[in-house]
Amino acid sequence: MPWLSLTVWLPIIGGLIVIALGDRRSRPLALGISVLTLLVSLPLYFGFDLSTPAMQFVERANWLPGFDIEYALGVDGIAMPLVILTTLINVVVVISMWEVIKDRPALYLGAFQIMTGLMVGVFSALDAILFYIFFEATLIPMFLIIGIWGGPRRVYATIKFFLYTFLGSVFMLIALIYLYRLGGSFAIEDMHQLAIAEKPQFWIFLAFFAAFAVKIPMWPVHTWLPDAHVEAPTAGSAVLAAIMLKMGGYGFLRFSLPIVPDASSQMDTFMIVISLIAVVYIGFVALVQRDMKKLIAYSSISHMGFVTLGIFIAFGLLQKGDISGVALGLEGAIVQMISHGFISAAMFLCVGVMYDRVHSREISAYGGVINTMPLFGAFMVFFAMANAGLPGTSGFVGEFMIILAGFRANFWIAFLAAMTLVLGAAYTLWMVKRVIFGEIGNDNVAALQDVNRREFWMLGSLAAFVLLLGLWPDLVGRVMHASVENLVSHISISKY
Amino acid sequence: MDSLSIAAPEVFLLTATCIVLVASLFTKANSHTVYWLSQASLVVTLLFAFGQTRAEPVVAYVGAYGIDNMSSTLKVWLIVVAIGVLLYSRDYLTGRRIARGEYFVLALFAISGMMIMVSSKHLLSVYLGLELLALSQYAMVALARDDADASEAAMKYFVLGALASGMLLYGMSMVYGATGSLELSGIRDAVVVGGAEGSVPARFGLTFLIVGIAFKLGAVPFHMWVPDVYEGAPTPVAMFIATAPKIAAFAMLIRLLVDALPALNSDWQAMLAILAALSVVVGNLVAIAQTNIKRMLAYSTISNVGFLLLGIVGATPEGYSAAMFYAITYAFTTLAAFGVLLALSRGTREDGSPFDAVMLDDLAGLARRNGLLAAVMMLAMISLAGVPPMVGFYAKLAVLRAVVDAGYTWLALIAVAMSVAGAFYYLRVIKLMYFDEPVVTTEIDTAGDVSAGLAINGLAVVVLGIFPSFIMAACLAAFA
Repeated sequence: MPWLSLTVWLPIIGGLIVIALGDRRSRPLALGISVLTLLVSLPLYFGFDLSTPAMQFVERANWLPGFDIEYALGVDGIAMPLVILTTLINVVVVISMWEVIKDRPALYLGAFQIMTGLMVGVFSALDAILFYIFFEATLIPMFLIIGIWGGPRRVYATIKFFLYTFLGSVFMLIALIYLYRLGGSFAIEDMHQLAIAEKPQFWIFLAFFAAFAVKIPMWPVHTWLPDAHVEAPTAGSAVLAAIMLKMGGYGFLRFSLPIVPDASSQMDTFMIVISLIAVVYIGFVALVQRDMKKLIAYSSISHMGFVTLGIFIAFGLLQKGDISGVALGLEGAIVQMISHGFISAAMFLCVGVMYDRVHSREISAYGGVINTMPLFGAFMVFFAMANAGLPGTSGFVGEFMIILAGFRANFWIAFLAAMTLVLGAAYTLWMVKRVIFGEIGNDNVAALQDVNRREFWMLGSLAAFVLLLGLWPDLVGRVMHASVENLVSHISISKY
Repeated sequence: MDSLSIAAPEVFLLTATCIVLVASLFTKANSHTVYWLSQASLVVTLLFAFGQTRAEPVVAYVGAYGIDNMSSTLKVWLIVVAIGVLLYSRDYLTGRRIARGEYFVLALFAISGMMIMVSSKHLLSVYLGLELLALSQYAMVALARDDADASEAAMKYFVLGALASGMLLYGMSMVYGATGSLELSGIRDAVVVGGAEGSVPARFGLTFLIVGIAFKLGAVPFHMWVPDVYEGAPTPVAMFIATAPKIAAFAMLIRLLVDALPALNSDWQAMLAILAALSVVVGNLVAIAQTNIKRMLAYSTISNVGFLLLGIVGATPEGYSAAMFYAITYAFTTLAAFGVLLALSRGTREDGSPFDAVMLDDLAGLARRNGLLAAVMMLAMISLAGVPPMVGFYAKLAVLRAVVDAGYTWLALIAVAMSVAGAFYYLRVIKLMYFDEPVVTTEIDTAGDVSAGLAINGLAVVVLGIFPSFIMAACLAAFA
């Protein structure tokens, strides 16, 4: 069976059908599509061959023969977990908007389904132009989701989101065309094998950097993210944080590192410095936020700083000959991406649960929520702990791996990175303290109803995944070993 | 193939146009007879043009006229776009009582002119086709004769257009003087064999030719007429000028530069590079400041012309195909955008004057008033912004590839940076339609065939973006 194509096209076509059939039956239909998509994506995990770094479930078809552009899909151990993450989050997100969305639900649900298919396409495209098409096309549904269903400043936020990411990625397009000119192929794996001189490598690195640093986002090109998150509807924020940001991290792993390893190696100090700035400085910024969504958005940037740190300490370790350290950092980055996908989605959904009741995201509008919503309070505290990197939750695993790898590279890198354990705990737990604990803050909180069954299952399933990955990280780890090893050996060879 | 059948589409269309002209004298003002006659003649012409797509390239009429892969493909698309133009214009013209018969007759004459331009193999037939097109357009802009803006636009267009035609003709005479031939193949041979590439008159002539072409295309700095004419002309006429003639102007560019003067390519490459860069920059930046949607689309045209020229800058067959693809897809995407504007322009304003959707704010909340129109407009805007998976992305990709291949990476960088600036004003249209609340809440109903046409047009923007192969194959074959 062409499982990958099914996972890409089922939600896209299903989403179009949802939109076409109108609002009345849109909810069960969208839920059915999302569950079905999850089901067809599961064979990717269970049928995965752990022993090979090669692309699996490969599908090829001539698409634009005149232009050497192929419809080629496939996943390796780096991409496959992200595909599963996407389809999982999609189901949770559909459940989260069940009765919340009242204005044009068919369009809303359909846009999310289409976006899911496109994001799976991003992670599974083997042709650079196909990748670019999916990468860019995801902007359109997200643009509409923020713009139509967002908050008061939605227009500003969504146009900023679109233009920022569009500006980043057009330069990548030029780089891809340039690479085609060098090697005569748009296949990503062929680009990995290209020998590229020093100067072009530098420029290509910058072009990729423009695309992926904006997407992930890195300091100082992160400013679109807090705006987009604050204005986006809850489900939009969840998908944006859980999956869209990962497209940036995935891009670094799939494009920057293997295609221009020498330039990446030269630029690694720069990348590490701005990653650390994201981890530490943005951590402090998160501390002073009064809006819960903004706080979680800044926390996302800080966590994504960890991902880029884990990726780019690889080169320092390589020079020391510490191959296992390189693999540790890279795998830490991937685990961190997956884990952050669950935790950030859960955090945004928690804020959404409160927002649906009180219609405020201000921390000061709450206080003592645990008294009226004990069950919800427990979930929120759990996810906050996970966000702060509590051992036993998935949030700990990735950060710990990256800090370990950091120690092997340079004490001070590890020291600064480890600051996040303090800072992350500070900003998340302080928020939880002010929102969840204490005396009942006002009448709104006194009138709160605890989570209903839908919300319970939505948060419960995410909690289960966070715990499962925290206790059994090898669940994700084992699928990526072969691919990461291959990546390490690939980037250790100069391409001059 | 006998010599008459080479020009069969043109001969048929001219004959049919004359019949339509006579018929328009005897039909009532509010009947659709003239419209249907015009559409029928276009459909039959389309069949003739289709019949030629597989024909062997041939030149006839003492080297003045011929068909080849490029001409037959372009003719098919010209006519398809023209059919759309007439379809979207009909209800507007009926409601406005703008001399309707004349609009259709002039449009048909203009289409004949464009077909002649596309097929010409001779300087005189190029000029003949161009003037047939241009004179019809001047008259079309002036159709709303009681409207001061339209009259001013027509005057401006006529004076500047005549000047540009003069430049073109002057350039042609120079080229003739340098090479001794009016046939494009004769000029090419003279320049290549006779060593005229070093001659000053040939280059002098080339410069004037480029000025003339740039004017007709609306490339910066010869673009000043474009926004004024789009704004002043009745919307159906602006739509006509914005779409099909760009395909014909592309053909003229290929005929004059690539077919006739390939030996002077280093000269015209540099000139086109400057024109392209200026057009992309000015078009996209100035469009941001516009509040009138027709002016905005005018600057959008200018920036798209810049992209089209980029394809030709590299002087490679792949680049020419990319530019050809660009011209075709630009034409039918812009057609959709204007089609939506025309569908919106119905009813009256508060003071009783007919309502024209010309300001951006007229689009506010369109998604709630008519979902189809908003969706089609959104697809057209996304495509013009060059975002995948729309056809506009593929057109830009093809052009950029040709530019990078030819070693003009800096031009490609300018172009993509400016297309991000351009995305802003295209997104603003989507923002108005989808994010803003409507000022007027009445629903908009459109005629069944117009809705169907717009739906097909919008779908084409997406579907041809995902499967562009068959147009691209035709474009590649044109320069194989």
